[in-house]
Amino acid sequence: MSNKYIGQAVKRLDARDKAMGRIKYADDLCDKGALIIRVLHSTVANGIVKSIDTTEAEKVPGVVKVFTCFDLKEKHYYPTAGHPWSTDPAHQDIADRLIMTDRPLFYGDDIGAVVAENEVAASQALSILEKAVVYEELPFVLEAQEAMEEDAPLLHEKYPNNVLGHSEVHMGNVEEAIKEPGLTKVEGWYETQPVQHCHIENFICYAYGEGDRTVIVSSTQIPHIVRRVVGQATGMDWGKFRIIKPYIGGGFGNKQDVLYEPLTAWISIQLGGRLVKLDVPREETFICNRIRHAIKYHITSWMRPDGSFAARTFKAWCNNGAYSSHCHAIAAKGLNAFPQLYPCDNFDGETWTVYTNRSVAGAMRGYGMPQASYAFECHTEDCARAMGMDPLEFRRQNLMPVGYYHAFSKNELYSDSFNQCFDKGAEIIGYFDKVEKYKNQTGDIRRGIAVSTYWYNTAVYPIALETSSCRIVMNQDGSVQFQLGETEIGQGADTVAAQMIADTVGIPLDMVHPMSCQDTDITPFGTGVYASRGTYTLGFSIKQTSMLLKEKILEAAHQFTRMPVFNLDIVDGMIIRKTDGRELMTIGELALSKLYTTEGSQHLTAESTYQIKSNAYSFGCCFAEVEVDIPMCRARLLNIVNVHDCGQVINPMLAEGQVHGGQSMGIGYALSEKLMWDTKTGKPLNNNLLDYKMSSFMDHPRLNAAFVENYEPTSAYGTKGLGEPPVCPVAPAIRNAIGQATGIYINELPLSPHTLFREFTEAGLIDDSFAE
Amino acid sequence: MYDIKALYEAESVEHAVQLRQEHPEAQILAGGSDVLVQIREGRRAGCEFISIYMLDELRGVSIDEEENIRIGSLTSFSHITKDPIIQKYINVLGEAVDMVGGPQIRAIGTIGGNTCNGVTSADSASTLMAWDAIIELTGANGVRRVPIKDFYIKAKVVDIKPDEIQTAILIPKASYENCFGHYIKYSMRNALDIATTGCSVNAVLSADKKSFERVRIGYGVAAPIPVRAYTAEEFIKGKEITEENIKKFAETVLEDINPRDSWRAGKALRRHISVVMAERALKECVELAGGEING
Amino acid sequence: MDNQYKVVHCTINGKEVSQIVDVRASLTDMLRNDYRLTSVKKGCEVGECGACTVIINGESFNSCIYLAVWAEGKEIWTLEGLTGPGGELSDIQQAFIDEGAIQCGFCSPGFILTSWEIVNSGREYTDDELRKALSGHLCRCTGYENIFRAVKKTMLRRLGKNEEAELVNSQGITEYPDPMPFK
Repeated sequence: MSNKYIGQAVKRLDARDKAMGRIKYADDLCDKGALIIRVLHSTVANGIVKSIDTTEAEKVPGVVKVFTCFDLKEKHYYPTAGHPWSTDPAHQDIADRLIMTDRPLFYGDDIGAVVAENEVAASQALSILEKAVVYEELPFVLEAQEAMEEDAPLLHEKYPNNVLGHSEVHMGNVEEAIKEPGLTKVEGWYETQPVQHCHIENFICYAYGEGDRTVIVSSTQIPHIVRRVVGQATGMDWGKFRIIKPYIGGGFGNKQDVLYEPLTAWISIQLGGRLVKLDVPREETFICNRIRHAIKYHITSWMRPDGSFAARTFKAWCNNGAYSSHCHAIAAKGLNAFPQLYPCDNFDGETWTVYTNRSVAGAMRGYGMPQASYAFECHTEDCARAMGMDPLEFRRQNLMPVGYYHAFSKNELYSDSFNQCFDKGAEIIGYFDKVEKYKNQTGDIRRGIAVSTYWYNTAVYPIALETSSCRIVMNQDGSVQFQLGETEIGQGADTVAAQMIADTVGIPLDMVHPMSCQDTDITPFGTGVYASRGTYTLGFSIKQTSMLLKEKILEAAHQFTRMPVFNLDIVDGMIIRKTDGRELMTIGELALSKLYTTEGSQHLTAESTYQIKSNAYSFGCCFAEVEVDIPMCRARLLNIVNVHDCGQVINPMLAEGQVHGGQSMGIGYALSEKLMWDTKTGKPLNNNLLDYKMSSFMDHPRLNAAFVENYEPTSAYGTKGLGEPPVCPVAPAIRNAIGQATGIYINELPLSPHTLFREFTEAGLIDDSFAE
Repeated sequence: MYDIKALYEAESVEHAVQLRQEHPEAQILAGGSDVLVQIREGRRAGCEFISIYMLDELRGVSIDEEENIRIGSLTSFSHITKDPIIQKYINVLGEAVDMVGGPQIRAIGTIGGNTCNGVTSADSASTLMAWDAIIELTGANGVRRVPIKDFYIKAKVVDIKPDEIQTAILIPKASYENCFGHYIKYSMRNALDIATTGCSVNAVLSADKKSFERVRIGYGVAAPIPVRAYTAEEFIKGKEITEENIKKFAETVLEDINPRDSWRAGKALRRHISVVMAERALKECVELAGGEING
Repeated sequence: MDNQYKVVHCTINGKEVSQIVDVRASLTDMLRNDYRLTSVKKGCEVGECGACTVIINGESFNSCIYLAVWAEGKEIWTLEGLTGPGGELSDIQQAFIDEGAIQCGFCSPGFILTSWEIVNSGREYTDDELRKALSGHLCRCTGYENIFRAVKKTMLRRLGKNEEAELVNSQGITEYPDPMPFK
């Protein structure tokens, strides 16, 4: 196999259709006659629904049916996370969700639904219905640590103190280690805020009956998992559901949860299989889908005079909201990552995942690591400063060394990735000159530059099952279609998969056609896309299946050329004789001959599953340069450079796109985004795109992405994770740069004018005598 | 699909006035960038509306016979910004409305709507206050003119009689002559945002450009309705253009503004930036007018 | 009361058309449902995200907060109208493909239309002006960077500045010689 397409900036295969506006997303495919579903959400943060009087709502012309939580006769609790299922009950996700509930646990919980012939009737009925709910209100709790207190309201009876998950990691002996003389202690609290994915296509799904089954078309990352969960939620056989995933307008992890597919399917079934559509309004997407966990950290480090770590402790409290979703996985990931980034022989770590009466936190690009990286890299900066060391040198000295091996994951650091990334990024942004230039500034407007780093686990092995399946079917002209369980969600999975197949089979890229839309009736089983595993995992099944297909092609070629298979190869769509390089026949001639031959006609196709039992470290760093207008309490990002080692880059254009997207999400995370709730009522305050400050075109500088390509030896094509990593190091780099500019190092996010005003005032940087 | 009970489309100003009288329950719909959003939110769902959006006679900027700048109420923000009369005489208004939302909002949003909704955060409002704009209303008994400071009654309430629609906004010659203004919009992002606080300052310098002949300053989101800081204006009147005077002027604005605490921003932050904005905006005005600080 | 309807005549993508529409319909509703122009996307329905952008009489509008009845007599373009009769792409569509400015594609139709308005103006925008002109669209995939490149390059090419256009990608680090106070 030679790399003709791998490593090339091939234009994404769906770009033309997208640029023409003819790609169909769920709403574009749905028949106009669909009945409209609107969900009735709780307007209390914790309570019991005593009654819902549906009489008036049902009278609204156009209303077909009103369902309430009391109509749910069978209570099938179900899990929602897009995790591979486990046949071992001990490893299954917590099943704590109902299609509708009479025991709402957050403002926005689902307690009923309206079905109407049109959206106006649905919204009229909904506003009537909202006033017809009688609640018994209960006290609520919004913060994780408060929820763990003895007298806090309990959300789920099986989870005392609202702790849904707790884990510890201990290494060496911290207590002894800190007795070493001459240690410097640095201790800090670091706090991150809840944010939302903000994919531009809201979650949408529709369902209808077909035969004795229900078809669900859903904007999801995980069609096969959706089928399983809808089965669990309805108490019906999983095979009774067929899930179709069309093109989707972004996911970022929100659509890695099962959202409203169970409710929509259930309603269709109640209505005898009528076509029903649930197009979630933006306001509900913010609070009734999933959000990023707010996590609070406490980290302490004891350092020797040479800047090495003698001992470290780490504690984190992870606010999970009202339902388990991804359970303890996100908190655990941060805890496990911490001692690997800057290894230290003596370490105590502990983390809790806590139920609160807030919107449900789930997967979101970075899966706990943007939060953790913020805490880690704020703290690292603080440690370097305490030691009077250059922050970059301090990192180089303490980071995971080349050859580092992690026994549980079997991950290994094969190359000098960190230093290579630092060197490249520092050169691009002009780090060393600027560090010097920005020292000791005075005046109202100041600049700063800083760096931060991370490591990231590509896939989910060995925590969960890693499996990928691929089917490749050859046409009469030698072109192929392929199908994968890994979904195209905008990241370009279809394109990189096609590049791999073209190179592995040996045919031109324009002969490789993705069957982009997954259909659980047709697509081989796969768990979808999540983590940063798509390119890594699909690579295994693609390579295996492509090789199977190639074997069949060459066997067929033997039939028509009489040459032994071991002397044959496929190059650029041509069957060649390896011994002299002669072109014997085209792949098209071969496919046509094999299908229509009267002796041994065969449809050339291959399908296989590969179970992956490896994982890979992915690395990178971010350099950020800022300007701070102190009296105006504003930080402006001037330049940003991310450098990533994601192994072999399959497609530089798509890889760059992943980095830009992550940087952008990181910029909003650092400077402006925060979902808020009213502490008095538990009601969300800013669940719309105006009040929630995701960054606009005018809030970004040019974004720079660079790569270090150390081929990953465990991988089918040398790749490792890139989808999530770019968001991880951005916020701490910006925080550290603001610190360099002003001397004020802030331990919470976002670093918005509100935060800067408070911090600058406290530090006496701004004269606030008149603004009491 | 909007939950609209009935839509009455006005074909002329007279027709609009007639529709106002015929349908007293109906609300006025201009560009709709606020009203349609409020229908969807439920706040105005199920109501009757009189659409005046198609009245092209209410679009455009001109100089009338009294030498007022006359801005038709349905002139969109984008057209105000591009208008040569605005650019020549009151460029700050074009700049201010060029900070509303994003380009698409500026294409649909009208200056009449921006003032009639009575919202303190409207980007045009602080500038119109600071330039002593006159609101022209047309009703059954003809045309009525109201100074903008009287037009705003309280939050979300303006002086429009049940038979009236707003037809124009006028800037008198005495207001715009030799006057240079600057607007600062303080918001949490640089586009698609509403003002946390907005500050519009304009100045006329003395003939020798050594002192301030007249300074006016208007704020949005510093009180329930757009306000002027008259005490600061009085203070600076006739004063020399010095760093010290400008600073004092800026601090004096706190006498007249009263921003509140909300989850969108704290009172302390708003007070602080109000002062910083006043200082920076006035300095910009001096520069635009060709003056020099401590010159 | 009974629903109200009205015949709306307008030009869509260069063709004169008319349709009976419910007066309550937004322009998004009319274009998507009555004309099946599904490139017009719904992302927020309150004029914040820009996904529903269409060109009306030469200017970008959010069709979600524009009543369908207001389309009377207007000239409207949706993304479908930019492709030629034989499937030929306009330069701006091609630039979005070439620059990797499309990921999930949901914001792309609106972005391409606003970009088309920009490059059609014949003006040379500064970088900051370009950002402002494009700021009515939200995108969560691209960080706007490659969209910026696509628009800037197409603008420069239209102005005959092909060499400058080729340099757009390599202008990575921006130098800011002077402090930039917020004002």
